[in-house]
Amino acid sequence: MNKFFYKILVSLNMGFFLALRDIRRSNIWTTVLISFVMTLTFLNLVVVRGVLVGLTQGSVDANKFRYSSNIFLTELRDKDYIEDSTQIVKYLESLPQVDSISARYLSSGKIESGYKTKIGPNDIPNFAVGQVAGIDPDKENAVTGLSQYVINGQYLNDTDDDKVLVGSSLLFKYTAVEQAGSSPLKDADVGDKIRLTVGNKTIEVTIKGVLKGKISSIDNRIIMMDRQLRQMIGRSDLNASEISIKIAPGSDEDYVKSLILNQGFDRFAVIQTSTEALPKFVKDIATTFSLLGDLIGSIGLAVATITIFIVIFVNAITRRKYIGILKGIGINATAIEISYVFQALFYAITGIGVGMLIVFLLIKPYFDANPINFPFSDGILVASMKDVLQRAALLMASTAIAGYLPARIIVKQNTLDAILGR
Amino acid sequence: MIEVKKLSKVFKTPAGDFAALKNLSFSVPSGQFLAIVGRSGSGKSTLLYQMSLLDRPTEGSILIDKNETTGMPSDERTLFRLNNLGYVFQDYALIPTLTALENVAVPLIMKGLKMKTAFAMAEEALESVGLLDKAENVPAKLSGGQQQRVSIARGIVTKPKILFADEPTANLDLESSEQVLEVFEKLNGAGLTIIMVTHEEEYSRRADRVITLSDGNIIEDRKTKG
Repeated sequence: MNKFFYKILVSLNMGFFLALRDIRRSNIWTTVLISFVMTLTFLNLVVVRGVLVGLTQGSVDANKFRYSSNIFLTELRDKDYIEDSTQIVKYLESLPQVDSISARYLSSGKIESGYKTKIGPNDIPNFAVGQVAGIDPDKENAVTGLSQYVINGQYLNDTDDDKVLVGSSLLFKYTAVEQAGSSPLKDADVGDKIRLTVGNKTIEVTIKGVLKGKISSIDNRIIMMDRQLRQMIGRSDLNASEISIKIAPGSDEDYVKSLILNQGFDRFAVIQTSTEALPKFVKDIATTFSLLGDLIGSIGLAVATITIFIVIFVNAITRRKYIGILKGIGINATAIEISYVFQALFYAITGIGVGMLIVFLLIKPYFDANPINFPFSDGILVASMKDVLQRAALLMASTAIAGYLPARIIVKQNTLDAILGR
Repeated sequence: MIEVKKLSKVFKTPAGDFAALKNLSFSVPSGQFLAIVGRSGSGKSTLLYQMSLLDRPTEGSILIDKNETTGMPSDERTLFRLNNLGYVFQDYALIPTLTALENVAVPLIMKGLKMKTAFAMAEEALESVGLLDKAENVPAKLSGGQQQRVSIARGIVTKPKILFADEPTANLDLESSEQVLEVFEKLNGAGLTIIMVTHEEEYSRRADRVITLSDGNIIEDRKTKG
């Protein structure tokens, strides 16, 4: 064996021997305390960032699973609808990679309540404006599971002409804050009749249910039967405004998108994957929160590094005499340094191990079952095994350095001075 | 064979330079039991530290088996100490987190021996100083005399060419001191070179030769036997 590697191997063996005995025979409470600090540091690295990222991930997931689905087709910039929608839908239905499709028809509209009790022409009308979406309830439910977000009343069924679902932001009862530029509808709830105006047509409809999905595409919309909306806006050609496509399990978004593009349908629609279809503000928030998480994590990492540095430094300083003796009897500096690195790694591994148990057995299941109820998302804890292992590796690397440096400082001192305590 | 040539050691102090050793020259043949004596501050420990490669002299040279040691880099000196020299310190200098057996085995593990072999050899060394029954005790559970004998076992376990002992009986009672000296005599009888610093005249007479230092100078170099 190469002489250098043999020397390293022997030093590793010696270092491990010394470290193991040092840990085994040191004060148990000191070991527990240091490991506890490492656990907290690990949790700080994983959980704080995980929650920050989880807030935006909740919003990202909501957009994907409740609205755009895997592939999202919208009208071109200069068009009011997706031309040749029928052909596109027909093609999509023929793809084995596609699970379900929902074509929606959109138009701006106004809902009004209290119009029967309005007396004078100067009475302030009670109305709200929003986007009206015509859907096929079954197809929409297959793609986005929209029925899950009915917080009051019932979801639409195939015979529900003259009935609508109203987004919670459009109803005063379900909105705590009035947003600038819009006022929610007062005195209107499930079962009430309201007036719906789209273009120059007004009909009276009944509120069948209230929707809350924590995305504007649900909370600010009035949802009705697609055939009825098409009638109101005079759309007889089945050209939709947007098409959400849910792909089959195991299929790839990019691949399905490429199949659609290969058909030349980008001449009629903007074709995006769920990530591309995210609203810009969501992407910006995700980037910002991720940065914040990294920043807070870095501070935690620095604190852990300094803590371990101090612990090992104090340990090495108090054992300076014994380090001198070891050097005196012929133990090389590398072996002694390695023993301190092993000790630091022991604290890190113990802390990380306990931290991982806490994350995966307690915190993550808790957040999954009880998401943080933020106005714009359901905050979850984003902590994939890959992410957690990356952070664990980072913590171990910084701990190894924090263990090595103080040991190096002490070991470099004069052997005789160390032995004699000078 | 150790050859000390024109050895000087000067310490820098706030009051100025202090010459602890002044131009010393002598040699120690293999297998000799040498005692270095002198009053406190005479330079006897300083001389031992230079000869045992724990410190570097200001001037002069030390040859051990014709190897010039004073210019060796630190890592090389450490390796040389491991392979050729053994130590017994005044305060035993055992590692408190290791048992007696582990303390003795440490240099052997550093030499690359397998754990099983190292522990077997360490047991032999402990047996030779009459402490095999205390092998699993940590230093805190041993008396001063027992700790010093563990220290001797550690010093001889690698079968060094020279054993250096710095005031090995200073902290021991009469009975323990006698036991330590008996071990030294036994080891010396087996051919080991021993260089012992002591301030006790009576113990120095157990050596083959006594060098007396005063103010960094050799004032007497005499043989006690034969």
